[in-house]
Amino acid sequence: MSHHEESVVVWFESYWPGLKNEVGGKASSLGEMTNAGLPVPPGFAVTTTAYRHAHDAGDLDAMIAHYLHRLDITDTDMVHERCHAIRERVRAVAIPTEVESQIRHAYEELCRRTNSVDVPVAVRSSATSEDSPDASFAGEHDTYLWIRGADDVVDAVRRCWASLFTDRATCYREEMGYEHRSVEMCVVVQKMVHPKSAGVAFTLDPTNGDRSQIAIDSSWGFGEAVVAGEVTPDNYLIDKVMFDITKRVVSAKTHEYVLTDDDHVRKVETPEDRVLQPSLTDAEIKGIARLAKTAEQHYGSPQDIEWAVDADLPEGENVILLQSRPETVWSKKGPKTVVSPGAKAGDFMSSIVSTLMSPLHTKSD
Amino acid sequence: MAEGFPRPSEIETPAGAEGWQELYSYSGVFSPERSEYEDSMFWFQDGVHWPKALLPWDAALMEMAIIGLSQYNTRHLLVPPANGIDFRIVNGYCYLSPVPAPEADIPMRAEHFTQRAGHYFMNWNELYDNWLIKIRDLVKELESLDFEPLPEIEDLEVVTSGRGTGSGGEIQANYFKLLNAASTLWQYHFEFLNLGYAAYLDFFGFCKTAFPGISDLAIAKMVAGVEVDLFRPDEELKRLAKMAVDTGITDAFKKGDVEGTCEALRATGSAGEAWISSFQQAAEPWFNFSTGSGFSSQDKIWIENVEIPFDFIGDYIKNLQSGGDIARPTEAITAERDRIVNEYTALLASDEDREAFAGKLGLARVVFPYVENHNFYVEHWSHSVIWRKMKSLGAVFAKAGFFNEPEDIFMLKRHEVPDALFDLYHSWAAPAPARGPSYWPKIIERRKEILAALNAWKASPALGTPPEVVTEPFTIMLWGITSDSIANWLGGGESEDGTLKGMMASGGVAEGPARVIFGPDQINEVQEGEILVAPLTAPSWAPIFGKILATVTDTGGMMSHAAIVCREYGLPAVTGTGFATSLIKTGQRIRVDGSSGTVTILD
Repeated sequence: MSHHEESVVVWFESYWPGLKNEVGGKASSLGEMTNAGLPVPPGFAVTTTAYRHAHDAGDLDAMIAHYLHRLDITDTDMVHERCHAIRERVRAVAIPTEVESQIRHAYEELCRRTNSVDVPVAVRSSATSEDSPDASFAGEHDTYLWIRGADDVVDAVRRCWASLFTDRATCYREEMGYEHRSVEMCVVVQKMVHPKSAGVAFTLDPTNGDRSQIAIDSSWGFGEAVVAGEVTPDNYLIDKVMFDITKRVVSAKTHEYVLTDDDHVRKVETPEDRVLQPSLTDAEIKGIARLAKTAEQHYGSPQDIEWAVDADLPEGENVILLQSRPETVWSKKGPKTVVSPGAKAGDFMSSIVSTLMSPLHTKSD
Repeated sequence: MAEGFPRPSEIETPAGAEGWQELYSYSGVFSPERSEYEDSMFWFQDGVHWPKALLPWDAALMEMAIIGLSQYNTRHLLVPPANGIDFRIVNGYCYLSPVPAPEADIPMRAEHFTQRAGHYFMNWNELYDNWLIKIRDLVKELESLDFEPLPEIEDLEVVTSGRGTGSGGEIQANYFKLLNAASTLWQYHFEFLNLGYAAYLDFFGFCKTAFPGISDLAIAKMVAGVEVDLFRPDEELKRLAKMAVDTGITDAFKKGDVEGTCEALRATGSAGEAWISSFQQAAEPWFNFSTGSGFSSQDKIWIENVEIPFDFIGDYIKNLQSGGDIARPTEAITAERDRIVNEYTALLASDEDREAFAGKLGLARVVFPYVENHNFYVEHWSHSVIWRKMKSLGAVFAKAGFFNEPEDIFMLKRHEVPDALFDLYHSWAAPAPARGPSYWPKIIERRKEILAALNAWKASPALGTPPEVVTEPFTIMLWGITSDSIANWLGGGESEDGTLKGMMASGGVAEGPARVIFGPDQINEVQEGEILVAPLTAPSWAPIFGKILATVTDTGGMMSHAAIVCREYGLPAVTGTGFATSLIKTGQRIRVDGSSGTVTILD
């Protein structure tokens, strides 16, 4: 299997469109974002090749055929019992050593990159034929959060594979007469975000629709506090072209959502010395602004993004995009022009005269 | 916050400066007869051009400058909302007061202005090319004015040619020619300047409407020229430093003094000779460059104090030898300017907006070279010649025993000079004893005492009644006087959290130890990695901008010469803080945020 080695694990940053079938929809979209300068939490995809090797080595076809022999898909108890048995066996499948060691090495590499021991990851399925219903059924129980350690990661990868055999997905394939081995499963392993600070950003000034500005709201810990409006966040304005920080308002951030030792997110009171401390450094502010600007260029319209500064990632790579969606408030109002639409460029002298009559900058600031 | 500024009539004479009014024109000082008018006006101190007490003769150029500005606003172009500027000298310091145009006249003025200013805008390049010819001719005329001691007997040729006039009349005539040339110079200066600002403001206003959050700095960067005469002196220093390195003659610059260096250069043979001749070529005109604003006879001028350019060149050589890159990256500057313009253009809401933006930017770029360059031609080159010529006239008086030293000429008012010249002329013609030698030294000594006392006086940033809102566009552009800065002065400069507010003159953030200096003589105290804090800076300080982290000044606006140079050299700068030199001490760590216009004292 040595000629397959390079495709068992694909890091997001090594993704290219030719790998789409190997890694599935979720992983390819994460790869595309990473390559577009929209950094998502780092991670890798365990490709369908890994699944195929495990499938073949464990002779899963025979096992599946055995359990599905004379399956009555109208008998829910029977379906449940048989599918459960299949899933149990997939979860116990022996992965070929070379394949498993590549997964383990990739996880160890992720730990190294994030400077963590047993970095918590999310393990998610990424089916290869997203358009087909059985693939989406497979998405039902296939996300495992806060997984720590190589053993648990490998186990979670198997559990994702097993989710191909949910009761619904299996019945659907049976009913439609599809081969069970026609669907293949890729698995995404991605670092859980561990935010030092988090918040939202708009690629315009929400107070006046000024598209030359990027507005950032930021607070300590997970972004829930900002999104739900539970704290008054620090607020920054950055010029989108010059990248100067033109406004900074540091507020009292009384609460924060933090990660507990047992991997739970809990709302706590912010330690006193950090209440009034800015939740972002200048480098982080500019990193977020750069991310927001890239998202706007990538999606072609003003964006409203959620971001986090990850405590485990090195400076310069620690600003993470969690979500980007089109900005709606100002975008609905339509473009705010200076020259009224259809108006001819007036003669320059009348413009100069009126400028001298009311120099705008005397009113601003 | 204080109630307001002192009324002009309340200002007291500092001890030891009694009779200071005698140093200036009778019309240029506050006067009881006009006190009702004077107290009702708002007067701000112009520390940008006159940071110290004015010498009596130096006041002449101040008066000509202010009159030039005023006549163009009021009589030539009829700038709709703004008449000229009234001025007063208070305890030696220059205070200015913008005169608004009467509200009722504005529509009529707008009509005239459209026609008159429109003519300039439409024919700008042609008129500007002509201006460059006029100004060079004027410098030539100034250079041709000779002030030599009167001869024992006139040359035979004076008689045989039938000329009919002689040296005594000539020296008088030359002085009046010099005054006339200075007056012409300042009329030329304002022929274009305010129009340049007007077109700039028009583009500025458009940008602020389209992008309310856009910084003044971003707008300035889009307009700023890449090849600018004002930066040419510094460019010449860099070129000469590089030439020394390339031709392997840098050891000569280890001598420390100019004479030793030149000797060592000559000893190297043709390479050194070539360097010296290249220096001399650059010096005319580019080293006619004042270490100050150009408005003081006391400021050093590079060409007369060649140790200044030599020191700067020596610094650049060291920089080059340690692998530094001193070249101005003009291609990168152009590319960055294009990037900024393209990105803002893309963010505009419609094609009509993009068209208007391009048109206004185009006009601003046509007119802006004047705004940037005139300063070299007028305040530096022409003034350097005027100061030089006046010193040669002073030498004539000194030789005749009127003065102890040539520089004493600047202790006379401009209309006292003809009187002294007549005295000299008469005593030469008669011959008979002149009164000058017994008359002037005493007066000059007293005036020097008065000036010392005046220089120790701390000038209030403003006097009189502050306006509710500052709208006069040129006051804002040039002097940085805004409603905010007035409130800032009234508040004493420092806000609750220990920060100083000023103008966002040049973007970026820097932190480091402060170096507070009060004039060009202290410029060599500035060390690598420090933040320069000064009442104001001059374009000729550019060579030290390579080693400092940021600049903070007491005075000056967005378009002050200091601001233009800081932007050019990519240093964070906050200008017009009002109090930086009095609140900040050398060695204190400060944080300069040029993007928000704040300076924070960190310890």
